[in-house]
Amino acid sequence: MLRKKECVAMLLAGGQGSRLYALTSNIAKPAVSFGAKYRIIDFPLSNCINSGIDTVGVLTQYQPLVLNEYVGNGQPWDLDRTFGGVHILSPYEAKKSTSWYKGTANAIYQNIRFMKMYDPDYVLILSGDHIYKMDYAKMLKAHKDAGAACTIACMEVPIKEASRFGILNTNPDGSIYEFEEKPAKPKSNLASMGIYIFSADKLFKYLELDEANPNSENDFGKNVLPAMLNAGEKMFSYRFEGYWKDVGTISSLWEANMDLLGVTPKFELDDSDHVIHSRSPLSPPAYVEGEVVNSIVANGSDVEGKIVNSVIGTNCVVEKGAVVCDSVLMGNITVKKGATINYSIIDEEVTVGENAAIGAVKEEAVKVESKTAGITVLGRGITVHDGGKVAAGEIVDKDV
Amino acid sequence: MASTVGVIFSSINDENVPELTRVRSMGSVPYGGRYRLIDFALSNMVNSGITTVGVITKQNYQSLMDHLGTGKDWDLARKEGGLILLPPYSDESETLYKGRLEALKGATSFLKKCKQDYVVLSDSDSVYKLDYSKVIEFHEKKNADITLVYHEHEVSKSHYYVTFETDSDDKIDELWINPVTSGVKKNYINVMVARTSFLLNLIQDAIQRGYTSFGRDILAPGVKNMNLYGYKLDGYYANIDSLVAYFNANLDLLKKDVRQAVFGDRDVYTKVNDSAPAKFTDQAVVKNSLISDGCLIEGTVENCILFRGVKIGKGAVVKNCILMADNYVGHDCNLAYVVSDKNTIIRDNRVLAGCEIKPYFIGKGSLI
Repeated sequence: MLRKKECVAMLLAGGQGSRLYALTSNIAKPAVSFGAKYRIIDFPLSNCINSGIDTVGVLTQYQPLVLNEYVGNGQPWDLDRTFGGVHILSPYEAKKSTSWYKGTANAIYQNIRFMKMYDPDYVLILSGDHIYKMDYAKMLKAHKDAGAACTIACMEVPIKEASRFGILNTNPDGSIYEFEEKPAKPKSNLASMGIYIFSADKLFKYLELDEANPNSENDFGKNVLPAMLNAGEKMFSYRFEGYWKDVGTISSLWEANMDLLGVTPKFELDDSDHVIHSRSPLSPPAYVEGEVVNSIVANGSDVEGKIVNSVIGTNCVVEKGAVVCDSVLMGNITVKKGATINYSIIDEEVTVGENAAIGAVKEEAVKVESKTAGITVLGRGITVHDGGKVAAGEIVDKDV
Repeated sequence: MASTVGVIFSSINDENVPELTRVRSMGSVPYGGRYRLIDFALSNMVNSGITTVGVITKQNYQSLMDHLGTGKDWDLARKEGGLILLPPYSDESETLYKGRLEALKGATSFLKKCKQDYVVLSDSDSVYKLDYSKVIEFHEKKNADITLVYHEHEVSKSHYYVTFETDSDDKIDELWINPVTSGVKKNYINVMVARTSFLLNLIQDAIQRGYTSFGRDILAPGVKNMNLYGYKLDGYYANIDSLVAYFNANLDLLKKDVRQAVFGDRDVYTKVNDSAPAKFTDQAVVKNSLISDGCLIEGTVENCILFRGVKIGKGAVVKNCILMADNYVGHDCNLAYVVSDKNTIIRDNRVLAGCEIKPYFIGKGSLI
C-alpha cells in the first residue's frame, strides 16, 4: 500500500512582521514570545496535532535562525515522525533559478514537490501570526461535506475594522460569491482568518496558473482566491466561533497577552481538551516572595518585587522593590531593585537597571502619540543602565 | 571522560518512605514542584556525558515507566545505548530480589553487553549535584578497585547505612555498617564507581559463594582485600529516608543557596508537561514559595512547594505544605504542615494540620 496523508498543513512563517518593530529585528514573527512560555508558532502547530494533522511544512524566509532552532525536529508537538512530521522549508537554489518566496502563493508553489511526497487529498494553509485554538478536523469535514474546492475560515469582526481584513461576501448556504482583499467599503463583516483548506488537485492547478501569470503578485488573497472564484470553483466559508487574534501589531500583541489574565480569561491556556504544546524550558518552578496580583508567571522566574496585571515569562528575575504593571516580560529578563516598568513589552534577555523607569502608567501612556499607542517596547538583549529612563511609547533597540 | 555506563537502583530504599512508595518506586517520588527523584541521579549521569543508563526496577514501576518513557527528555532515546529498563528477573525457583546484590545479579546480562570501561552505580533517593567525570578521574588516579562517594554530615539514621574513615590518601581504612554512633561522619551515599569487568567478577564471585549483602559481604571485607577509596561529595545533599526528610528536602528549595546548588549551572532533566503558566488572581497572596506551571492561586500561600496544576481556592490559607500535582484546595481551607500526594481534592472549609516533625500526609487521589 502506498503511504499517503489525507491532509498536509503548510504554515506561512516567512513574514517579517515589520509592525512589531524591535521585537522582530532579529527573529521571524512566528518565533516571537507569547503568553509567558510560548512562541506564536506553538498555536498553529498545536492546533495541527490536536486536529490529527501530523504533517506540517513550515515556510521560513525572514530571520529563520531562532524559528528553526525552536521548531527543531518537532518533538515538543509530537511532530517527530518517521513519515510526516514537521519540516522547515526555506527558499532554495534550483538549477535554473534561485528565488526568494515572492508571495504567499509563490511560497506554497515552490514547495509543491514537498506536498506531493505525501500524496494529500487536501492542503491546509495557515499563518504563523495568529493566537487561537481551532479544530481543523471540523473545518475539513465541512469542506468535504460541501464538496468545495476551497474553504476559507472566517469570523465576524466589528464593521469598522473590516477594511483591515480580507472580506467574504457569502450566500445563505455559506458559499462565497465575492472575495475582497482589504476593501475600503466592506459589504460584510465576515473576515478571512487566513486559514484555507484546498482540495489538493485544485490548489496545484491554480498555483501553476498563478505562477504562469506575469502580472500576478502571487498572493492568495489578492490573486489565487479571486482567480478561483472567477473560474467558478466552489468556494465555501467556514464560520469560526471562539477566540482568534492577529498579533501583528504591538498593541494587539499586548492585548492578546492581557486576554490570558483572570480566572475566566478571554483566552484560556489551561485547557486539557486542547493543550498548547511548546518547547518548555527545563527550569524549576517559579520562586515567589513578592506581591503578585492578577498575573501569570512561568517556571524559572524569581519574583521578589511587585507584579500587577502582567505576564512574566520564563526565567525572569524581578528584584525586591521593583514594580511591573500592565506589562509583558517575555523571558530571561532581569528587573533590578527599585526599577519600575509600566505599560510595556520587554523582549527576551533584557536587563533593566536599578531604579530605572520604563514607560508611564497606563492611564497616562495611552494618551501619548506613538506608533505603538503608548506602549513602550524594549528590544531583545538590551540593557537599561541604573537610573535609565525610557518614555511612554518609545521603541528602544540599543542600550540606554 | 572514559567510557562509562550508569546503573540506577530505582526501588532499593522504598521501605524508608512507605507513604510515598505505596503507589510507586522511590525513583518516581515527586520532588521540587516538577521533578521525580530519579531525575537527579539521571541528570548527574547525563550531564557527565554518560549515554547508556540501565534502570533496575522492582515492583510498582508503572509510574516510573510512565515518567521515563523512551528517555527522550534526558536525551537518552538512542540507537546506541540510551535508557534501558531492567525489570526484575525471576523464574519459578526464584523470588523477586531482596537486596542490592541480588538486584545487580539481574543486571549482569545488561552489563556484559556493555562495552564501557567503567560503571557507575547510584540509588535514586537523593538530591545532589555530582560530576562523574571527576569521580572517574579520581578513581583512575588512585588506581582504585572501587570508589565510594561520601558526604559528610551528622548521622541521624535509624536504618541501613554505611560510614567509613579514610587515610590521608583517601583510601578507606575502616568501614562500619549500621554503627551506633553520632556526630559528623563520612556517610556513603550509595554511589560507587568500578571497572565494569571488576564489578562483573565481583558479582560472579558473590553468586558462587552465596553472598547476600553487598555491604556486609563485599564492602566490609573489601577494606582489607581491595583498594577501596572514598570520594567526597561537596555541597548540598539531601537523602529522602523518611517523610520528614522528604518534607524538609522540599522546603530546603525555598533557600536561594540550595536552589543554586541543586539547579544552578546545569539542567535537571525531567519529563516535560505542557502546563500553562501559573496564574495569580487579585486575591492571591504568595510568600516564599515555589509555584509550578499550571497552578491557579486565589488564596494565601506561604512557605510551600506547589507542584503542577495545584488550585488554591479563595480565602484558603496554605502554609508550610508540599502539594503534589493536581491538588485541589477548596475555598476557605486552612492547611499547615501537610504533604499531599497527587490528585487530591480537599473540600471547602477543611482545616488540616501536622507539625514540623510529623507532617500530615494525604494519600494519592484522596477526597477530604
